[in-house]
Amino acid sequence: MSELKENLKKQLIEQLNLEDFEISDIADSDALFGDDGLALDSIDALEIIVLLEKEYGIKLDDPKKGKDIMTSVQTLSDFIESKR
Amino acid sequence: MDNIQVIKEVTIEQGKVKINGLDFFHDESLEIGPFLKCLYKKLDLKYSKYYKMDYLCKLGFLASEVLLNGENDILTDSDDVAIVLANTSSSLHTDVKYQSSISEIPSPSVFVYTLPNIVIGEISIRNKFYGEHMFFVQSTYNKTELLDYTATLFASGSCKQAIVGWLEVDMEGAYCANLMLCQKNN
Repeated sequence: MSELKENLKKQLIEQLNLEDFEISDIADSDALFGDDGLALDSIDALEIIVLLEKEYGIKLDDPKKGKDIMTSVQTLSDFIESKR
Repeated sequence: MDNIQVIKEVTIEQGKVKINGLDFFHDESLEIGPFLKCLYKKLDLKYSKYYKMDYLCKLGFLASEVLLNGENDILTDSDDVAIVLANTSSSLHTDVKYQSSISEIPSPSVFVYTLPNIVIGEISIRNKFYGEHMFFVQSTYNKTELLDYTATLFASGSCKQAIVGWLEVDMEGAYCANLMLCQKNN
């Protein structure tokens, strides 16, 4: 597992209070939203936007892209890498 | 208040949970965070939304879980269940937390709990209650006044059962809950 993806999982667990989850419980491709995977909600989406800005200095300029960026830890990681 | 009957009462304070005055659960950890965590585990709940709640909501949620456990026969129609609560510190514990986050980037998930009546929403979502609700902020717990208000709701025909009581978490995290399950007395 890349360091970035491990950090992301750790930050998601802390920021979103996912106390039921360990880092090892979250697969890179697990869906962040919807009934499967982490089953996050709209407030969590806002919290992820805050996380991206706070931890990685990245602002989500185009809200329309948010859905694709926040599909999984993998897509979040790809987005962060593309901005570096 | 002839039209109101208190069926069950749950009290939570200083690490102790009592049902109708009888001990139900006791944990040595008096601080609100560890105590609520122990109570959640004791109740063996699986409700992922719980972890996102602030302390006031967690306290109200767990108190309502203890209160409503085994009472399905009474709660016949979710439209008929009212929730009438009160406290003195409103959502101050979370308000202060949110205020401190403003200096950096405000946290949306903290912001959503900066109102005391959110706990009513959490209990309603969990139990699919659609009845009347009210949250009073008052200097002291006036149980009679809350029951009077509930009796008025019963008299108006807007509900047949109600969760009534006090849910307090102050700025330092001191906590106290007293919830009653009330029924309209025909």
